[in-house]
Amino acid sequence: MKKYDAIVIGAGHNGLTNAAYLAKAGLDVLVLEMNSYIGGATVSRELHKDWKYTNCSYVCGLLRPEINRDLELPRHGLQVVPYGGGVTFMENGDYYGNFSDHNRQHREMARHSVRDANAYERYGADVTKQTRLIRKFLLRTPPDPASWKMSDIKEMMVLAKTVMDMKTDVNFGDTLKYWTKSVGDFLDEYFESDIIKAHLGGTGIIGTALGVYSPGTAYVLLHHYMGDVDGTAGAWGFTRGGMGAVANALASSFKSFGGEIRTDAKVKQIMVRNGKTTGVALEDGTEFYADIVVSNLEAKRTFLGIMDEKDLPEYVIERAKNFKSRGSSGKVNIALDGLPTFPALPKGTPLMAGDFHFTDSLTRMEKAYDDWKDGNFSRDPYVDTLIPTLTDPTMAPPGKHMMTCFVQYCPPKIQGREWTDADRDAFGQTVIDQVANYSPDFKDLILHAEVRTPREIEAEIGLTEGNIFQGELTFDQLFSNRPFPGYGQYRGPVKGMYMCGSSTHPGGGVMAAPGANAAREILIDLKRNNTVPEGYADD
Amino acid sequence: MTKSYDVVMVGGGHNGLICATYLAKAGRRVLVLEANEQLGGGAATREFHPGFSVSACAQWMYSLNPTIAKDLNLASHGLQYAAKNLHSIALAKDAKHVTITGEGGVEGVSAQDKAAYREFRRKMGKFSKLLDKLFTVRPPKVIENNWTDRINLLKIGLGVKLLGKADMYELLRLGLINMFDVMEETFDDELLKSLISFDGVLGAHMGPRSPGTVYGYLYRHMGDVYGFNGPALVKGGMGSVGVALANAATAAGVEIRSAARVKSIDLTAERASGVTLENGESISATLVVSNADPKTTFNNLVGRRNLETNTVRRVKNFRTKASAAKLHLALDGLPEFTGLSAGQVGNRLVIAPDMHHIERAFNCAKYGEFSTAPVLDISIATVHDKGLAPEGKHVLSAIVQFAPGQLKAGWTEATKNAFKELAINTIADYAPGIKELIIASELLTPADLEGEYNMTDGHWHHGDISLDQVVMMRPFPGSEQYGTPVDGLYLCGAGAHPGGNVMGLAGKNAANEIIKRGGSA
Repeated sequence: MKKYDAIVIGAGHNGLTNAAYLAKAGLDVLVLEMNSYIGGATVSRELHKDWKYTNCSYVCGLLRPEINRDLELPRHGLQVVPYGGGVTFMENGDYYGNFSDHNRQHREMARHSVRDANAYERYGADVTKQTRLIRKFLLRTPPDPASWKMSDIKEMMVLAKTVMDMKTDVNFGDTLKYWTKSVGDFLDEYFESDIIKAHLGGTGIIGTALGVYSPGTAYVLLHHYMGDVDGTAGAWGFTRGGMGAVANALASSFKSFGGEIRTDAKVKQIMVRNGKTTGVALEDGTEFYADIVVSNLEAKRTFLGIMDEKDLPEYVIERAKNFKSRGSSGKVNIALDGLPTFPALPKGTPLMAGDFHFTDSLTRMEKAYDDWKDGNFSRDPYVDTLIPTLTDPTMAPPGKHMMTCFVQYCPPKIQGREWTDADRDAFGQTVIDQVANYSPDFKDLILHAEVRTPREIEAEIGLTEGNIFQGELTFDQLFSNRPFPGYGQYRGPVKGMYMCGSSTHPGGGVMAAPGANAAREILIDLKRNNTVPEGYADD
Repeated sequence: MTKSYDVVMVGGGHNGLICATYLAKAGRRVLVLEANEQLGGGAATREFHPGFSVSACAQWMYSLNPTIAKDLNLASHGLQYAAKNLHSIALAKDAKHVTITGEGGVEGVSAQDKAAYREFRRKMGKFSKLLDKLFTVRPPKVIENNWTDRINLLKIGLGVKLLGKADMYELLRLGLINMFDVMEETFDDELLKSLISFDGVLGAHMGPRSPGTVYGYLYRHMGDVYGFNGPALVKGGMGSVGVALANAATAAGVEIRSAARVKSIDLTAERASGVTLENGESISATLVVSNADPKTTFNNLVGRRNLETNTVRRVKNFRTKASAAKLHLALDGLPEFTGLSAGQVGNRLVIAPDMHHIERAFNCAKYGEFSTAPVLDISIATVHDKGLAPEGKHVLSAIVQFAPGQLKAGWTEATKNAFKELAINTIADYAPGIKELIIASELLTPADLEGEYNMTDGHWHHGDISLDQVVMMRPFPGSEQYGTPVDGLYLCGAGAHPGGNVMGLAGKNAANEIIKRGGSA
């Protein structure tokens, strides 16, 4: 077998990003993907004839613009169309609409609470300040605070300096407060109206095994505000052709640098000899050789799945076992024969193009979490629903529509036992019922639906326990601690072995930053020219 | 206008008295004004039935800072312990109790869990020691160019570095997370997990799954650094702490007036210049120090109209979601607990069958309801301190969680009685004959504690000890170094760093800061 310079395991968006940067720097790179398709959870598949769903991740906003530009993704076919709007339906028949037009937004807020409409300016300004600080560190490698190495001390200084530079901007005590408080408490500080808090609060729990009143969830909200589409901070968009377009553009960029992708190639083991990686062995016995092996799999699967215990320090095994990756989300994709009507909304409203929510108070959201804690899917779940076909008609046959529902909460196991198909169907039905409560013709329009619980997410994509972020975004698993303390710099415990998935800093969401950061560290180790963008280009 | 003082202290709680004493020792003329007859604030002894007394608010002493005890000579001023280094026993319905002993070991679990506990304690002990470095100084401001703060930060940073790589990683990992996950990865025994995690949520509006509860655990175990191996009982109840501190204060030259409720903190040219009492008397002073909680201090005493919008907002956002009630029982004899000898009953008894149970009890509080299956921390002090009840009789005092201060249904006689019944029935599950022994009973809800001890929402710590309200965020940025946005006004109570728990450090640190600033704020 031919020897490559580097092998990347897993063709998720981070694996492809990593591979693209390595190939761009002149390395001979092979990407191995267990499925017959690439993208991992960044995927659009045609599971039903003529219906190309964006099956898992469903909107694009966090993808780092530096990477987008640098790898020339638009030239490789990536088109992100920003969408505006959004609505939260209320049990009393009213709704709260989120308009992209500033004045209209203010009027709509004032319809629910004049005080809140006025507080929104302050809220927006504060959130932006905090995300600016975090954004500077997305494309940087976290320092190891326990290390005395020059590079780590230097990076700690950068961190300290950034904090000090905030002097005239915000008080650092306030920043610490944002990072440590719950999204519920955070919103309570600005707003009085339940519906407005509920509309804004959802982003604090997406993908998270925490409730809106769990400390730390304000950070999760910030995490979702870090992106931008076309330079509009905090904006989200649809990728034409679904999220699979991101993976396809990355793959095309990678191939343009001479890279090679093999699908249906499930890795069984990372081979190690004398404390160094030598390559990988596939399930079918094929072996590929390279001095550098990069895992795009999450931490548990990497260390407990495709590495031999004897090659690993006890600490790594222990930490991998205790790595928290409990799934908390489900996904329901629904094919519709036509556009459902929502009588609460005025005719022709632009709100239809955005996210729909059906949870009108933080209390209902918190109760949804209580179900998860007890090992059940939420009876009254928080759902983030979109109809992408209103923005990108290519996603369904003419005249038809697709609806994507992201659902919080859905546990990895049902009361400690495995999911059954009946459980899954009941889960799907709960979501459908919730939408139907606000749309009388919705159920009649359903042609078919794909339901994914953490069980399906794990089986299809390989995300352990179905955790969409490749590991929970809690303090113990962020920044230098991601995936675990001492291994926050993309290097594995074996020479030549690296990690590049969302299990590493800065974590999940289709951001591509972990893949890029890992490539930078590899190039540094190889003493190659560092061609990966660093820091933050804008602001 | 009567005579003038250097410092007038609003409130004679333990922190107020400690702060006043240190200031007097530094030569200040200090007057302490306490609204109640009894001094000590939340460190109070309460005769709830003729002849029967309990520690009404705080019931255990486990983290009084030893430097303070020594500086103020509290032993010679009458502070005595009826018992020290008590065990913590988690009760099991099948009588297979789990005990954390006063010697720092654990009994009633597997050898593996015993070993895991030793390692857990070793680690946590190291972290508590580090926390002590932070607790004994004013919280450093990160951004300002101040050498004291920088040196303090460096010392703490160095302390972290000196933990060694392995423990440092553990600190970074554990410091901000929840007890639930840490327990799950460390121990097997459900009851042991529950007993330990309970320490992380005691007195807090949090469940074991809430991030930040490991900090709560470390906070509660500061006593392990301060020479307490487990809870201790103060002779005569916690009110004796107030008495000893008042004696120490008087000896240092502090003037104390009890039953003197302050109505307002007065400002002259936007600077605190004294106080006015409920009876209309005005007292002027160079500085005003408030032992009252931040909400009371700013909203009621200073008044919102005298504050900048930003401060008003910060005060409003300071969370005071107290969730602990107190149950007091006068008993005709010593109750029998299934599987416990009479000698063991005097230890700290905990009813919290498993972590899910605690979490569910907390769920109720989130929605403004009291727990339908509460968790309890029980003390029968009369086993060690006969003076608290008539000959042969006993008192039981229990912290009952969760009971939100702002109960959705409101705290009425009916809701109070319902919760009291629940609490008594819960104890009776483990001490079957106890109901027949009850001579008198009372339940103090957070609303009652607020009325009795003048703490907003009846919160022991004057405000939640959650990650966003500790250290340089306590009570909020801008008032974190005891000085406040109001010139001449300082905070010295549990609402300031490092918080409550009859530790005394908020009072001591505030005094240091006032002395350091040379009296001008």
